[in-house]
Amino acid sequence: MFDVLDQTPGKLGFIDAHGKLVNELPDGVSIDWLQQSYQHMVRIRQLDKKAVALQRTGQMHTYPSCLGQEAIGTGIGMAMQDADVLVPYYRDQATQVLRGVSMQQILQVWGGDERGNLFEGAAVKDFPNCVPIGTQMSHAAGIAAAMKSRGVKQAVVANCGDGATSRGDVYEALNLVGVWQLPMVAVINNNQWAISVPRGLQTATATLAEKALAVGIDSIQIDGNDVVAVFQAVRNALTRARSGKGGTLIEAVSYRLSDHTTADDATRYREASEVSQAWEYDPVKRLQTYLHELGQWTPAQEQSLLAEVKQSIDKAVADYLNTAPQAADDFMAYVFAAMPQPLQAQRERLLARLERDNAAGGNCDDS
Amino acid sequence: MTANTASKNKEKAVGKSRATNARPGADNVHGVTLVEAINLALRRALSDDPDVVVLGEDIGINGGVFRATLGLREAFGYKRVIDTPLAEALIAGISVGMASQGMRPVAEIQFMGFINATVEQMLCHAGRLRNRTRGRLSCPMVLRAPFGGGIHAPEHHSESTEAMFAHMPGLRVVIPSSPTRAYGLLLSAIRNPDPVVFLEPKRIYRMVRQQVVDDGQGLPLDTCFTLREGTDLTLVSWGAMVHETLLAAKQLEEIGVAAEVIDVATISPLDMDTIRRSVEKTGRCVVIQEAPRSFGVGSEISARIAEEALLYLRAPVQRVAGYDTPMPYPGNESLYMPSVADIVDAATATLENA
Repeated sequence: MFDVLDQTPGKLGFIDAHGKLVNELPDGVSIDWLQQSYQHMVRIRQLDKKAVALQRTGQMHTYPSCLGQEAIGTGIGMAMQDADVLVPYYRDQATQVLRGVSMQQILQVWGGDERGNLFEGAAVKDFPNCVPIGTQMSHAAGIAAAMKSRGVKQAVVANCGDGATSRGDVYEALNLVGVWQLPMVAVINNNQWAISVPRGLQTATATLAEKALAVGIDSIQIDGNDVVAVFQAVRNALTRARSGKGGTLIEAVSYRLSDHTTADDATRYREASEVSQAWEYDPVKRLQTYLHELGQWTPAQEQSLLAEVKQSIDKAVADYLNTAPQAADDFMAYVFAAMPQPLQAQRERLLARLERDNAAGGNCDDS
Repeated sequence: MTANTASKNKEKAVGKSRATNARPGADNVHGVTLVEAINLALRRALSDDPDVVVLGEDIGINGGVFRATLGLREAFGYKRVIDTPLAEALIAGISVGMASQGMRPVAEIQFMGFINATVEQMLCHAGRLRNRTRGRLSCPMVLRAPFGGGIHAPEHHSESTEAMFAHMPGLRVVIPSSPTRAYGLLLSAIRNPDPVVFLEPKRIYRMVRQQVVDDGQGLPLDTCFTLREGTDLTLVSWGAMVHETLLAAKQLEEIGVAAEVIDVATISPLDMDTIRRSVEKTGRCVVIQEAPRSFGVGSEISARIAEEALLYLRAPVQRVAGYDTPMPYPGNESLYMPSVADIVDAATATLENA
């Protein structure tokens, strides 16, 4: 059913599903680099697992898991420079953490607190997650246009899912990248499913990479479960973009091993056998196997990593759960740079309502 | 530096100084139409701030379908005055991206009927970028569009959907009704740190010529303008309908009725204080809009008067409006649009209440 996950001619890949090297590793990909990438993928997988658990226990709201897509996010994050800008969709936790977004902030966003978007590190210029499908691609094109206009050697990475390619927004943005030669790298996380609609019902084209033909930009299809392939493709595309050679569309072929979100039940629309087969392409396991067979990753190192990851995630969760609540009128404070009078009047009504409820010893929530 | 270069640089410096520091003077006062005032404001904004860019369909070489951007490409170059592909959602979307980087994009949508493709970008992104990032990113963009009927344009060219944008949190909706206000309000919209939808009443684009002082002074946003004072009745309007409203006020004066006329100018956020104070004084109010009658800005103003000034009213608030139908083809356009007589009738009916 998803032979696209196999190594097929023309699809860029270095480490196959069995952890075997099928192409010579590119420059800059050292054992240390591989170990770092592996450790990050494990960290994100554990964070993801914890986030789902928090939702299941009523401690977080709807959450979109990135299970199975750790290599895409990690490869992108490893390839980006601080000065670049990330325009993510909602399954880009792996890249965001590499860019300096704390795990606590990732949990905060999905826990319903906008302060999770107060990114840190390089990500301080990045866009927040985009929930509407594909609309972020034109923001990225606009950012790239600003970079080009200012003559800076920076680039934008914008991500979307396979379903987003059915939307005009994505075509419109890529079309502009082509015609204006913008420094933008668009990565399609082709995880085969747009909620319940499979990739085959989204488009009649053989690949998503070939969508670039219609807009005159370079494109490449890569093994999205191979972190080295993702890194190499994104790094090359960013170098081209920063040197004024225009944009690139990258189709990273992967599989969504989870439900679409915690509010979804993927067993309604796909066979368990398909999912178990997709696990054979697991990006984390294959890199572990490769490193292990090289003698560069031992069970002891794995134990130690898991312990360290657990500790850091436990701290992030504790910080998330212990975050002081936002001020009651916080959701009004940032709508405009200066609060207009009508909103001020509404703010006063909100504060009066709180005062009344506090005086009554509770809140007015009916629930 | 050669004498020649020095002389050129001096010219350049003088030119810059004239553009940025001009003060009212004979060479600085322009008798212009509303659309020419828009052009003057765009020219001023582009001169004053290198972060300002103007973009849209056909706005460069062609100067825009209404010529609002005429000559700007020649003056500022194709990197500041940018023809985009024909894709309205994209125009709004890239403006969000550019604005997030500190640029000040002023995007043109050719007609209000084509603005609908931008709704998702304006509602889901432009209006909430500051809020969802707790102020980390902002979106200082302007989305300009000509709106309203009365020029016998084809279908989908004559809509008045200002209420749709006014209903979106985080957006300002600004509508000028004269050349001077077009100039001043547009400059303030461009300088505003938040997104502004700037709707230009195209029926009066070339109706009157006014002396506009190109001094770079903006007019205040979020404020109504009282165009005429009166004690008997308050007429509230915006955009092109201000023209009919002022004519109606004049006719009412001839029968001894002193109407106060308020130009809302910024539809959202709404300066209710000015309207309420006027209604408290006159006890009567008619709201005039070209847009469909139901669920519009007129409905909001009427509701707010009921909430805040009901006990001052001596008669129910009346709305003079278009109909809850699509704007008819040009053949029946005049049947749709409120007339001076409609306003006078509504005012008279209001005055007939004790």
